Amino acid sequence: MGEMPVVPDPVALPWWSALLLPVLLGLATWATLVGDAALAGGRAALAAPGREAARLLVGQRRRTVAGDGVLGRIGGAVLPIAALLAAAVLPLGERPVADLSVGVVWFNAMEVMAWAAVWMVGWGSNSALGLVGGYRFVAQGLAYELPHMFAIITAALGAESLRLTTIVEAQQDMWFVVIMPVAFVVYLMSAAAMAFWGPFDAPVGPDVAGGAAAELSGVDRLVFTGGRWLLLVVAAAMAVPLFLGGGAGPFLPAWAWVAVKTAAVLALLLWLRHRFPTVRMDRYVEFAWVVLIPLTIAQALAVALVVLGGA
Amino acid sequence: MDVVLFWVLAAAALVFGYLVFRLDSMAQVTFALLASFLAVAALVLLLGLGYLGVVTALMMVIEMVIMAVFMIMFMMNPAGLMPMTMVHNKVGSAAIAIGTFVVLAAGILLVDWPTREGEPPPDPTFALGEALMGGQMLTMMTLGVGLFATIVATVVLSTDRGRYGDER
Repeated sequence: MGEMPVVPDPVALPWWSALLLPVLLGLATWATLVGDAALAGGRAALAAPGREAARLLVGQRRRTVAGDGVLGRIGGAVLPIAALLAAAVLPLGERPVADLSVGVVWFNAMEVMAWAAVWMVGWGSNSALGLVGGYRFVAQGLAYELPHMFAIITAALGAESLRLTTIVEAQQDMWFVVIMPVAFVVYLMSAAAMAFWGPFDAPVGPDVAGGAAAELSGVDRLVFTGGRWLLLVVAAAMAVPLFLGGGAGPFLPAWAWVAVKTAAVLALLLWLRHRFPTVRMDRYVEFAWVVLIPLTIAQALAVALVVLGGA
Repeated sequence: MDVVLFWVLAAAALVFGYLVFRLDSMAQVTFALLASFLAVAALVLLLGLGYLGVVTALMMVIEMVIMAVFMIMFMMNPAGLMPMTMVHNKVGSAAIAIGTFVVLAAGILLVDWPTREGEPPPDPTFALGEALMGGQMLTMMTLGVGLFATIVATVVLSTDRGRYGDER
């Protein structure tokens, strides 16, 4: 106790990489969409995302009576922005766009913006079904966020740092997924839940006519849906530095390994979505609080003992 | 650059704070308050306190969303879509708010601030944790988890089953 940790020099990418980041994420999202369309059995999967985007771009925006346009629009726009900001600390290869000393907390802070965003979108249309969707997402957030926080903090605990590059370095000998499997599984579940992605897609479920997105059309829907996909890609990509050793791997350069691992995580999430039915929120809340939180705390304790024993 | 950013954020914090009392929708008021808090969080970041700033943003977003849900849930007009105002005693509350602001701002300007001695620590987050908890870190961590476990247990014990009563 009492000695200051040695703070490594920031190893961020040059400033222009910030401009490259949206392009990269966009491409990754596109690839995910193609994969999803292929899984859904579409024959023209390669063109499907482009066609859908074009359709939404020229589509008319729907207006509802006495809607709250300000909050609705802001909510939609916040989703992709939050995903991009969260991705700033994501090591693309060895280095992130911004190597923050509190990277894990930054990521967490950006992704909870989705709470506000989805609720605002649901509220904004002044439609009962939209509002139900927004409320469902808040309930889902209360269920996934605490186990999620314990899961990512366990990774930070294992590396004794909140800096993502340090967390990656700490996994040189052994990937964190090996010593913290529970945290990894919980992280994957919460990654799907934060992008309200199947089986956690109740906030935009068909039983409430699309829920939070019920009244969205045209550009509004494109921004909302695009932001949701971006969130999913960023959350999946973040599993790589947290649990899967970042860019570590033989033969290929670091960035290629990050891409391969991210694709693997995304493929798993896509498969889960097509494999499992939507989870009812009240069931999931109970499961999260009674089972997942104690499990993740026990996982954190186990990792803490390993860290203390090794020190 | 930092100075410009400071003034922009300070102005944003004030304007959004003012909007809290001007807007007539509960939802908009909540998120105006959130925007004001986020500007303050960015100001904390500007001070070089990375952890505090980011955690403030993280906590405030969650807190404000939950607050919006509860406030609207318990409002007299359903869903809070009817125009409303956050202020009951308009003149009195304005006087109190402006008075507090003037006193605090005057304090900032009038206090004889000490000059900085030494350098900021290499990791302010670590230094802050040390300063707050010192040798009691382990006690505090255990207490924290204990408290949290109590909260979870209480919620689990006190919730009734499902929306349709005892279904299981």
